[in-house]
Amino acid sequence: MSAGTAPRRGDFARLLRAEWTKFRTVRGWVLGLAVAALVIVTLGLLSASGSHTSCGGPGDVCSAVPVGPGGEAVDDKFYFVHRSLTGDGGITARVSSMTGHIRKPDVTPGARNVVDGVVPWAKAGVIVKDGTRQGSAYAATMVTGGHGVRMQYDFTHDIAGLPGGVSNDSPRWLRLTRSGEELTGYESADGRHWTTVGTARLAGLPETVQIGLFVASPGDLTVRQADFGGSIQQVRFAEATAVFDQVALEGRTSGGAWERDDIGVTVSPDGSLHHPGGFAQSGDTYTVTGVGDIAPLGEGQRIESTLSGLPAGLLGVIVVAVMFVTAEYRRGLIRTSLLAGPRRGRVLAAKAAVIGTVTFVAAAAAAGITVAVGTRILRSNGNPVLPVSTLTELRVIAGVAALPAVAAVLAFALGALFRNSAAAVTVAVAVIVVPHVLATTSVLPIGAAQWLLRLTPAAGFAVQQSIPEYPHVLAHYAPSAGYYPLAPWAGLAVFCAYAAPALGLAVVRIRRRDA
Amino acid sequence: MHATIEVHGLRKRFGPTVALDGMSFTVSPGHVTGFVGPNGAGKSTTMRVILGLDAADEGTALVGGRPYRSLRTPLTHVGALLDAAALQPSRTARNHLLWLARSQGLPAGRVDEVLEQVGLRSAARRRAGGLSLGMRQRLGIAAALLGDPPVLMLDEPVNGLDPEGIVWIRGLLRSLAAQGRAVLVSSHLMSELEDTADRLVVVGRGRVVADTTVAELIAAASRDRVRLRTTARERATTVLSQAGATVAVADRDVITVSGLTAERVVAVLTTGAVPFSEVAADRATLEEAYMELTRNAVEFRAVDAEAGR
Repeated sequence: MSAGTAPRRGDFARLLRAEWTKFRTVRGWVLGLAVAALVIVTLGLLSASGSHTSCGGPGDVCSAVPVGPGGEAVDDKFYFVHRSLTGDGGITARVSSMTGHIRKPDVTPGARNVVDGVVPWAKAGVIVKDGTRQGSAYAATMVTGGHGVRMQYDFTHDIAGLPGGVSNDSPRWLRLTRSGEELTGYESADGRHWTTVGTARLAGLPETVQIGLFVASPGDLTVRQADFGGSIQQVRFAEATAVFDQVALEGRTSGGAWERDDIGVTVSPDGSLHHPGGFAQSGDTYTVTGVGDIAPLGEGQRIESTLSGLPAGLLGVIVVAVMFVTAEYRRGLIRTSLLAGPRRGRVLAAKAAVIGTVTFVAAAAAAGITVAVGTRILRSNGNPVLPVSTLTELRVIAGVAALPAVAAVLAFALGALFRNSAAAVTVAVAVIVVPHVLATTSVLPIGAAQWLLRLTPAAGFAVQQSIPEYPHVLAHYAPSAGYYPLAPWAGLAVFCAYAAPALGLAVVRIRRRDA
Repeated sequence: MHATIEVHGLRKRFGPTVALDGMSFTVSPGHVTGFVGPNGAGKSTTMRVILGLDAADEGTALVGGRPYRSLRTPLTHVGALLDAAALQPSRTARNHLLWLARSQGLPAGRVDEVLEQVGLRSAARRRAGGLSLGMRQRLGIAAALLGDPPVLMLDEPVNGLDPEGIVWIRGLLRSLAAQGRAVLVSSHLMSELEDTADRLVVVGRGRVVADTTVAELIAAASRDRVRLRTTARERATTVLSQAGATVAVADRDVITVSGLTAERVVAVLTTGAVPFSEVAADRATLEEAYMELTRNAVEFRAVDAEAGR
């Protein structure tokens, strides 16, 4: 008789080992989880293989998407009037007018409906840029169509200055100075009293840079409700024209005429420029017209586009996690479990830890393979995939592994509460998978979809979003386009805020009730 | 660690039904103690309270002097068989014991030892769902023996066993008791325990009606009863009643007389010239003794059931 023998392992470690043994010795559960992982991989790779992009033209090769200093894909298309600057210096200019044209939906078929106006994020101002290569480092101080004065640098950074537009009656003076790697933006309403807008440090900015005037205008975005739910978004051509005068340069700048570059302009197959910008000089007055934008790019395939199998995989995870506990109630095996571990809360916690960990490992393998291989397949099919940092890629994979793990814990807790497989699976699917499907398949208005993804456990899906939402870029930031209303970890935290109390409630119930 | 079970003043209600009504008894080491009573007498509820599965409204239940829920590796203190069907059908017999062993920090080798001990070695890798009722019973006993515990509690362990299995389990229970363990075995049939149990705890209506040995119980039930075989049943009944005895008909020409000694019965019959062929002091069977003890409980139960309709 070995009674009284001191146990060799800790209490909880023994329970964990017992629950792991329980899990791995039921073939149906192991297979179920493996199938769930395979569903994620297979659906992901199939949809990646079926996605092709072609750009026409000789060789059918799409031009590479420019990448900013931070590694993100960017739009870098604007009209640039510039000189080179070596060493420290600066530029000052007065903007006295900003006008433009926007093409609106045709009223008479076949007749272009172009109206006067500027889009809110049309930009005109002074800029310092590391050469004329698309995606190179820059800092700029500008007036915008609807967001007042801004200082922006390296695509993802935006600092607000004073609000208000420009006109002949109320011009704005803009100034940008360079001191080594540090750039400072100023604005003034009278050319005498200056206000600092912001400063930027552009690491690795070379001695010689390009300095000058620029104008850009992103397309006009319209989103309208579709007939059968969802929305239709259209981006139409828009251009902006700004009038600059009182332009002054400081520092060692190149002499002679201003250089002019229509950065990133599209060349039509016949060799002509598609919607070119323009420049006109009259005395000391410069009129610059530009099309395009200087901003991070949000359009295109993303690494999480390969994870379309995730909701389907979650179904399998939910079923296995529920069965892991309801099977014990169904057979009365739960009593044997509680005889072996009379501290009931610990038994339930050990079971939840095992099902959560096993799911995490399976999902991490599935997500890792799917993202790595799927992204490669997408690119080899000519699809530009928006690049992200390694850290972001790891976060997406870890998050997409954690999501099913949390789903498993929630489903497990529901199973322990209901003690009935059908009820627990139904509720788990209804609160985790269904809200996500409703919110991302554009059957709901965008507001309702966003609230679903804030309040329900489906908020956890936010963890897979690799491209952030930028306040200084106007886009259709809808769940159906892959934009979640909560930040990645915040979304996962909401999900955990459902799973943890559910498990707590299950612990309270199992402690209080006779087994 | 003392090999004992101490139950004191357990009370428990399920809604309006009283399941335990002051249940108290002690199970001591070195004996097989039979825990008998009709179905619904509170045997299983008592066992579940002892094992910490159900909570009593009042009273204490201790194993080896400690509440079950305070035990860190409980299966090394108490081995229990409650429901042999409580198995995951797709898990093999060996793996069922393996997870239990892991939960107590016991080595996997111990699993093979108990499988051997209960005669399930050849079925070790079969799925539990494919085991016969008798094999599941043996698997349940193997689980109870896994932690080599000083206390064993088996609820109806004979269920589903074939005659060979019944003989085996009786020998096993006696040898476990002989090793100094406390063994509590419940049954609703006294005959199952007659050859196995040394001590008996008889329960009815949620309380102990007798806590005794098998020999004492039979002696108590047999007191003052005489079996009389006579062809003149009616005359015998008349004269014996007049002499102050209580007479019951036991068979066509057999009556049971209580309230008079055998000598007095012979004298009364002789005086009355009643012919008889046999007079014997009646020794009750254990089954009869048990029926006598639990009759009240069963009758009350029947009345309750009718009143409840």
